[in-house]
Amino acid sequence: MKQMHLAAHFPGVNSTTVWADPRSRSQIDFASFEHLARTAERGRFDFFFLAEGLRLREHNGRIHDLDVVGRPESLTVLNALAAVTDRLGLAATVNATFNEPYELARRLATLDHLSGGRAAWNVVTSSDAFTGENFRRGGYLDRADRYTRAAEFVSTARELWDSWTPDGTSRPFAHSGQHFEVSGEFTVPRSPQGHPVVIQAGDSDEGREFAASAADVIFTRHGTLEAGRVFYADVKERLAKYGRQPDDLKIMPGVTVVLGDTDAEAQQNAAEIRRQQVSPQNAILALEQVWGRDLSSYDPDGPLPDIEPDPDSGLVKGRVRVADPLAVAARWRALSAAKGLSIRQTVIESTARQSFIGSPQSVAAELETFVSTDAADGFILVPHLTPGGLDDFVDRVVPLLQERGAFRSEYTGSTLRSHLGLAEPVWKG
Amino acid sequence: MSATRPLHLAAEIGGPPRYDADSHVALARLAEQGALDFVTLGDSFARPGPDALAVLARVAPATTRIGLVPTVTTTHTEPFHVSSAVATLDWVSGGRAGWHADVSTTEAEARLFGRRGAAPAAALWQEAGETADVGARLWDSWEDDAEIRDVATGRFIDRDKLHYVDFEGSTFSVRGPAIVPRPPQGRPVTVFDGTGGPARESAARYADVVYVRATSPEQAASLRADVRRIAAAHGRDPDTLRVLVALTVDLGDAETAPEPGLESGPQLAGRGTYFRGGPVDLAELITQWHRGGAVDGFHLTPITPERDLERIVNGTVALLQHRSLFRTFYPGGTLREHLRLARPANRYAHARTAGATS
Ligand SMILES: Cc1cc2nc3c(=O)[nH]c(=O)nc-3n(C[C@H](O)[C@H](O)[C@H](O)COP(=O)(O)O)c2cc1C
Repeated sequence: MKQMHLAAHFPGVNSTTVWADPRSRSQIDFASFEHLARTAERGRFDFFFLAEGLRLREHNGRIHDLDVVGRPESLTVLNALAAVTDRLGLAATVNATFNEPYELARRLATLDHLSGGRAAWNVVTSSDAFTGENFRRGGYLDRADRYTRAAEFVSTARELWDSWTPDGTSRPFAHSGQHFEVSGEFTVPRSPQGHPVVIQAGDSDEGREFAASAADVIFTRHGTLEAGRVFYADVKERLAKYGRQPDDLKIMPGVTVVLGDTDAEAQQNAAEIRRQQVSPQNAILALEQVWGRDLSSYDPDGPLPDIEPDPDSGLVKGRVRVADPLAVAARWRALSAAKGLSIRQTVIESTARQSFIGSPQSVAAELETFVSTDAADGFILVPHLTPGGLDDFVDRVVPLLQERGAFRSEYTGSTLRSHLGLAEPVWKG
Repeated sequence: MSATRPLHLAAEIGGPPRYDADSHVALARLAEQGALDFVTLGDSFARPGPDALAVLARVAPATTRIGLVPTVTTTHTEPFHVSSAVATLDWVSGGRAGWHADVSTTEAEARLFGRRGAAPAAALWQEAGETADVGARLWDSWEDDAEIRDVATGRFIDRDKLHYVDFEGSTFSVRGPAIVPRPPQGRPVTVFDGTGGPARESAARYADVVYVRATSPEQAASLRADVRRIAAAHGRDPDTLRVLVALTVDLGDAETAPEPGLESGPQLAGRGTYFRGGPVDLAELITQWHRGGAVDGFHLTPITPERDLERIVNGTVALLQHRSLFRTFYPGGTLREHLRLARPANRYAHARTAGATS
């Protein structure tokens, strides 16, 4: 039976974490990271995952104040977590635009050494002048250049990791390319995994191509069965031209799970969580993100605005803007008219992201279906509560998956590569 | 100054490169048994060794009180990343972080990055100072009570308590605010080696702890006075600075030199920073220099940490404790508390309060 892979996403900065819930704790204290990581390891998860954002988001020219904000720097937190976990993989999202290969390759290799082979790097490419204002190089990189830089970044890092022979001799390296001109000696010997695991998150054609050529895991948003299968087939097919096998790249959508004792109770819980996620203020904000206009004078319990969105709006900064605002607005209006929904109700219905809702038995069965029918190789679970949001999943769903043989009962190896069933990379000296 | 200032002691746990966590944890715990203020871990892109800040982050949950001070070079890194990583070390250690700001002067290091060539030391130290300056501003860019979780208004943070730093340095600019909330110590402890001329200027301006190198208590006292004078010239209260004598120590095999004393005991040699003798001799030297009011303390670099740190803790420190010259336990929890440095007020919060009352 094809076994699934599971990862835990620390909620951190986002709009889905319900911070007003009395069980919600700090998104920054180490105790929160430790709790979620230990929970994930108790559940025999493959890895623990941290996202990244290098500039505080802005809305309407001001710092966005409704969602969870403020997070520690990923690699430093993961090194600390290596002290309180034994087997769990430790994955950091680190931007390939605002870093340099030598420094990042060294930090990743260090984490791999200090954790005994559990490091992973989620390569993201997002960059704009807005984020660039915090960095020396500024935001000069065009969209078209981001993946060429990311790809060259990863291959340069691999050259550095391979510049030590497996038996521990350092050799000089020299890389000369379009984005990097670097040479010298790398300061860290080959790490326990050879190369830390490489994850890619991004959905464009270039993004998929980059993942197919260079990544071990792909983090996607395609969390429904149909979209998942289409995405899965598309990405796996791209591997052959890089001389890779379908199993060399694991596809892991980010998903949410809402449990209840019964399916009906789970549905009720899900509805309540949606209401908490979409506060009246958040409803207006979601609307503004589509409309690109200041709509603060609208009543969240009233009807949708009858003005049209501004397609060229600069209202939203630091997060991706809705691709086709006119079409989205039309869809939302149609939904609101058909069901007689207010602004807040419309937002609740149309931005629902929960993927798996049901009793532990139903959720376990559904997860297994996704994996056995090639809609995914596993899941990155995104809880809505910090840090206890995966307690129930680990206590109630994981044992069922284990009984079914759909998920490991014990770790069989000590490195993240071994959890993922990935071979150690061949040394290219 | 009176001779009753508390003595501060710190020790380097580097040495030959090691890539495992256990050996670093063992050394840090040993230093913690001696109630030392902090341990340091040297770093450079130029020679083998793991990333020091990462190692001390790994050490943090395995220790409880001791300060953790990695070397972080400022020449080829992004100041914004540096400030985020140091603030995070403070978060994961519960307020025990510091950082030793250093520069990369060589062409070989420049080629590892390929962004720019080697630059003169004076320019690099100025840049290191600016990195410390913008770091402190970023740490202040969130007021301590910026996170409000106000359910009634739906606001997680009070955006009026977050601040753009809009820093323009000689080689970089940073807009801010930080992505990491203000760390437990307000500002993690900043350490500079003030030995060289251009380094001393930045050290006196921006550091909380400054290392100096001296062969006699008189020289140490004069260097300390110099650092304090420059600090005062920049509008700082010199008492917010701790000046430590940096000493490389080789405690050899002897319990003590045969006849403790100037001739047969401690010898200071080389660049004036090298001590050779027994643990008791080292205690004598520390006692004499500190009693004379020459220094606030010592940063000791054992030439063989596995051997010498044990001797420092169980020999030198034990003796200093016996003489009531050094504490036997940590009265506080943060590195600033060990160093008796106040938690800095937030410059932006202050500006707002001052503005409101004027
Ligand atoms: C599931 C997922 C998670 C992502 N997480 C992050 C993140 O944590 N930080 C970040 O800067 N970008 C993140 N991104 C953005 C991507 O790295 C990428 O910049 C963006 O999706 C645009 O690339 P694309 O056109 O290939 O999708 C994420 C993207 C996806 C699909």
